[in-house]
Amino acid sequence: MTPATLELAFDHNRSWDTAPDPAQAPALSVGSLTATYDDKPAVFSVDAAFPAGRMSAIIGPNGAGKSTLLKAALGLIHTLSGAVAVFGEPMKTARRRVAYVPQRASVDWDFPTRVIDVVMMGLYRDLGLLGFIRQSHRDAARACLERVGMADFAERQIGQLSGGQQQRVFLARALAQGADLYLLDEPFAGVDAATERAIIKVLKSLKDEGKSVVVVHHDLATVTDYFDYVLMIATRKIVEGPITEVFTAENLQATYGGRLAEAHIDQLRLHSA
Amino acid sequence: MSDFFGPDFVQLSLTPMLIGVLAAIACALPGNFLLLRRQALIGDAISHVVLPGVVVAFLLTGAVESLPMMLGAAAAALVAVGLIEAVKRLGRIDAGSAMGVVFTSMFAAGVLLLEQSDTSAVHLDVEHALMGNLESLIWFAADDWSSLLDPEALAALPPELPRIAIVAALIAALTLIFWRPLALATFDDGFARAMGVPTTLLSIGLTSTAAVAAVAAFDAVGSIIVIAMFICPPATARLTTDRLSAQVAWSVVYAALSAILGYILAGYGPLWLGGAHAVSAAGMIAAVSGVMLAIACLFSQKTPAPIG
Repeated sequence: MTPATLELAFDHNRSWDTAPDPAQAPALSVGSLTATYDDKPAVFSVDAAFPAGRMSAIIGPNGAGKSTLLKAALGLIHTLSGAVAVFGEPMKTARRRVAYVPQRASVDWDFPTRVIDVVMMGLYRDLGLLGFIRQSHRDAARACLERVGMADFAERQIGQLSGGQQQRVFLARALAQGADLYLLDEPFAGVDAATERAIIKVLKSLKDEGKSVVVVHHDLATVTDYFDYVLMIATRKIVEGPITEVFTAENLQATYGGRLAEAHIDQLRLHSA
Repeated sequence: MSDFFGPDFVQLSLTPMLIGVLAAIACALPGNFLLLRRQALIGDAISHVVLPGVVVAFLLTGAVESLPMMLGAAAAALVAVGLIEAVKRLGRIDAGSAMGVVFTSMFAAGVLLLEQSDTSAVHLDVEHALMGNLESLIWFAADDWSSLLDPEALAALPPELPRIAIVAALIAALTLIFWRPLALATFDDGFARAMGVPTTLLSIGLTSTAAVAAVAAFDAVGSIIVIAMFICPPATARLTTDRLSAQVAWSVVYAALSAILGYILAGYGPLWLGGAHAVSAAGMIAAVSGVMLAIACLFSQKTPAPIG
């Protein structure tokens, strides 16, 4: 190393704190995102940045635009304005790093297919149009089913599954994508307790692997147990930040428009601001 | 039956049967995906809207020739797809209603055009549009089975046969090539789009493929059989299996079976019953496919999903 480069490397005047580091870019960031649902603004000018390597929740009352925000970020619905970045890259080039778990009710579970075939759909990017399905692909799909505790159901017709089992199959399909960012839309809605435990265990293991998780969530009672970071919205953003800082009674009342009873809020094991 | 498969079989029945089978398969293949997307009526719509296209093509060229008719019908199908989208978006109504409005209007326009123009000199009338002319697609140059190896006889095959064969082969190839994204987008459109699969393009491609199948089949077998083949064989197959690949394979079998059984029954059924005249083959093929669907409904093994 020449003295010149040494000098550059140890330039103490340079502000290391603000230097752009791709590894530190948010897992998902949206800027002034506005999207409509049935011609009504569902999400209005929302800015949010979900940190990488964390489990984040999007919470808010029914019709607050939680799912719309996720779909708009993924480009599934038309947005009126807004920028979206995944690990600092535009969504268009970063799709490979994103796995999406839609709401269970968004598909027809009577579709003629087996559990293992649904999980294999997560491998579509690897397989392409006509790529040959190798044993390694089948093994990968089975390993994903194993991880959500559904290995015994691989050959089942998907219509024979319970709601919780369907949700786990959807999670297994997302796991098969091998993504860095997992976006889940209401994964705990209408599932049994065993499934909820299985799903949260998988999500926490993803976090331990350094993956990022963003969940549209409706159960306020589990927010502090499950998540590190939260975005509260009611069409507009109310607040976002680490759970320990922003999951407060004031912010919840602002988000839910005073619809939460005081007694209910007390039960949520709130962190005081 | 002995006279049916007699020496005249190759000359009189082989080509109409093959054309019927190929037309049925060409429609049944895209029909599977339309059915699963709850868009089965798109096939219905398309088979209706091709009529004005065919009539306009005839009025422009003054002859019943296959290429201009195909082009006219294809243009009409595209106009209809655009109109359905426009009515859906501008009228803010659901796809089914938009289709209903567009396809009945265009079919009515086709019938009006047909009645107003002088087509009496040629084989183009309302009845032909509905029933086709399957029975008349005879292989005059054939003597018996040996004609299949006779280049001269083969050159004189009814042109409808190679045309529908090419279309059926093309549709089969497209179905195989785009199987994965088509299945993915049909099952879960949102997930497919999140993965970057161009689902809108796939949807347009599927509709266009159905349009090509309808147009190709229309000329030979008429719109009744087209409507039936888009829906009945896939629906029958849907009731007999729980896997997509098996459903599509069985739909091809049921389509072929309907065409063969329907053709035989139309030609000989009335004679067996003491009647004097054969009935429309296209009508009988459609009826057979409907009966097969009814039988599948009665004997379907599918039970409601168990809880647990």
